[in-house]
Amino acid sequence: MKKEMESTVKNICRDSGNDKIHLLDILRRVQNQFGCVSDEAIDLIAKSLNIPRVDVESTVTFYSFLSKEPKGQIVIRLCNDIIDRMNGYDKVAKAFREELGIDFGETTKDGKISLENTPCIGMCDQAPAALVNGEVVTYLSTDRAREIVKILRLTGNPKKLVQRLGDGNNAHELVKSMVQNNIRRAGEVVFSLAESQPNIALEKALAMSPVEVINEVKTARLRGRGGAGFPTGMKWEFTRAANGDKKYIICNADEGEPGTFKDRVLLTELPDRIFEGMTIAGYAIGAEEGIMYLRGEYEYLYNFLEATLEKRRKDGLLGKNVMGKKEFNFDIRIQLGAGAYICGEETALISSCEGFRGDPKNRPPFPAQRGFLGYPSCINNVETFCAVLSILDKGAGWFAELGSRGSAGTKVLSVSGDCQSPGIYEYPFGITIKKLLKDVGAEDAMAVQVGGASGQMIGEKDYDRIICFDDLATGGSIMIFGPQRNILEVVDYFMEFFIEESCGYCTPCRVGNVVLRNYLQKIISGKGEPSDLDFLQKLGENIKAASRCGLGQTSPNPILSTLKNFHPVYAAMVREETEGLQPTFDIQAALRDSEAITGRKSVLFIH
Amino acid sequence: MNDKISFIIDDREIKAKKGQTILAAAQEAGIYIPRLCSKEGLSPFGSCRVCTVLVNGRAQASCTQPVAQGIVVENSSEKVFQIRKQIIEMLFIEGNHFCMFCEKSGNCELQALAYRFGILAPSLPFMFPEKDIDASHPDVFIDRNRCVLCGRCVRASRELDGKHVFQFVGRGPERRIAVNASADLKNTELESSDKAVEICPVGAIIRKRVGFKIPVGKRLYDHEPIGSDIEKACT
Repeated sequence: MKKEMESTVKNICRDSGNDKIHLLDILRRVQNQFGCVSDEAIDLIAKSLNIPRVDVESTVTFYSFLSKEPKGQIVIRLCNDIIDRMNGYDKVAKAFREELGIDFGETTKDGKISLENTPCIGMCDQAPAALVNGEVVTYLSTDRAREIVKILRLTGNPKKLVQRLGDGNNAHELVKSMVQNNIRRAGEVVFSLAESQPNIALEKALAMSPVEVINEVKTARLRGRGGAGFPTGMKWEFTRAANGDKKYIICNADEGEPGTFKDRVLLTELPDRIFEGMTIAGYAIGAEEGIMYLRGEYEYLYNFLEATLEKRRKDGLLGKNVMGKKEFNFDIRIQLGAGAYICGEETALISSCEGFRGDPKNRPPFPAQRGFLGYPSCINNVETFCAVLSILDKGAGWFAELGSRGSAGTKVLSVSGDCQSPGIYEYPFGITIKKLLKDVGAEDAMAVQVGGASGQMIGEKDYDRIICFDDLATGGSIMIFGPQRNILEVVDYFMEFFIEESCGYCTPCRVGNVVLRNYLQKIISGKGEPSDLDFLQKLGENIKAASRCGLGQTSPNPILSTLKNFHPVYAAMVREETEGLQPTFDIQAALRDSEAITGRKSVLFIH
Repeated sequence: MNDKISFIIDDREIKAKKGQTILAAAQEAGIYIPRLCSKEGLSPFGSCRVCTVLVNGRAQASCTQPVAQGIVVENSSEKVFQIRKQIIEMLFIEGNHFCMFCEKSGNCELQALAYRFGILAPSLPFMFPEKDIDASHPDVFIDRNRCVLCGRCVRASRELDGKHVFQFVGRGPERRIAVNASADLKNTELESSDKAVEICPVGAIIRKRVGFKIPVGKRLYDHEPIGSDIEKACT
């Protein structure tokens, strides 16, 4: 066994050219092969790649899909995000536990099946959902959970869980997944691409100079679709102008923001067009190489995407002299992630592409100056590349006319939660929340979370506000909460999520979020005092100000936005302590250890 | 070519070299910006955030933020003070720091910062986490109860000692310092003379058999607050 492992690991490393930048790929393969990346495997990899073993360990222990401890041949990862919890997570979780006879975090005695929780896997419109190895199972019920365990026990093959294929390319032979697209409103920019002729935009771009392409995108006033809304043309211009022997264009397909799943649908239905957009961007900034960073949860799309790339190579749309354009060589590779929300942050994404743990990098230098491997790099969202195609297809002027002032074009929204028709909606920027709620069948919504966990929660008084970069910005996530929901529970879940997903690099995010959640739970348990609300506000503001990257700079938002928009909910939970006692102090709990040691109960504090 | 630029820090105009960090430029002008992960001779890291300043009203870590012509930096406003103080408190509560019997007492930068900021006891609740100790090495031990995850040892081992003894593992609250061995510190190349040992700002990496050798009254921060040397250098 030991010998076998040695040669297998060595071969895996050799397949990746013993190159440390492919460490994440190597670790994924070792994990799949052996169910863990053991200390021995770490030593072997370190030796093959000629890097310190502790650096390998550093990467292994960062990603939630990698583990040093052995996992079962099959790992069931049940999504426990807030939408799944609202759709019956508890019952499904109980069914899995009972049927497997194990708890979360454990593996069956025969070493076959492990049960785990995982944050948002991008299936909120078909929740509850789970990943079984790479396979996605959706619309789970207790019966279905028990059936899944039976099938896995019987066949040992997660592929057998897919009995009914999803719509569109989900049924493609290289995908064969039960995932549904749920496209409810196809808009003018992105989903109209399905009807436009492929590669016309690329042809047009190649007929222009790179600077003209950038100017076209600038004229269209396109802003990044990942949520931050940085002007795309400017980003391209900076990267083009930066000094570097090589340049990289990177597609951020790591949508991990709870409640976001629009990129999953774009990757399923428009992969060829996304790669076309990347090629145009590559031409514009002067890159010969593109990387698509695909979140590990979407591994089921990997072969399909690879085949799409291969076809483009065959058709002369990638490779040397793209579309016959002399001296324009461009190719794309896919980098799979391994379960880390933070890797959606562009500098963390670069760290991950380089084979490191996904710690964000210091800025400056910005990626446009020094990015992947130190070369100028431009990172754009999946949807941004789609928008570029429409701009070149239909003209910058046409695009700029769409949407609202300051936010040109359309936005693809992923809508989930308490509504009749969860799914994908593409609207021109400027749509009011009220209109959106009417369209999705959620007119009784008590609260709407715009922009995912890192966004803000608004209530009815704000439903006339509009979705755009200057009012309610969102990378696409819209989560709806009906009158039956407990706002503080939702907020508590979001804080749990940020604590789990923080990289831990900087103090305010690593420690501050834990403190925030402890105070929140104090309030939820009815032990809060009015002064705790001021404390939450101040601490939240400090974490936002002092954190190093976007995660910590937004992680207090669930608390801060609900303190602002749902203050009565908090106010009803706190009361002034009049007797000078500390309400969180529990004398029985404090005595428990001593009572256990002495073997007798306290005579003064009787239970 | 004129590569000197000027900027304002707390109503004082100071000159700086292009490419310098705000922290380094301020230090040259005799202005102390509190810091923990930052250390001269090591590459900037930006993890502790104690050196947070407001640059044109926006919070930035001064150890990684380069100077720019005409920026207005707040280093001693109430807002900056409160942010820093809370961060220092966070470092205390996330570990188990018992200054009264720690060998580093009096020479500890975290303790000295707490005194400088007037923190007698943290206002945040203690977490009392379980952390481990590695005393396997004959001359050096690691006490993770006291580690503030500043990464000085990680950088010093690589940048100054030419080794790779330390690195971060885990993420979020589970983030911790690990050593380059499948077992313990004794299995690494670490020597007690390594810069990575002495550079620890707190009592997390300690040389054995030298604890409490310096008498009270002669320790680094017994008489003046941390940063006084910088403030005195230019006055």
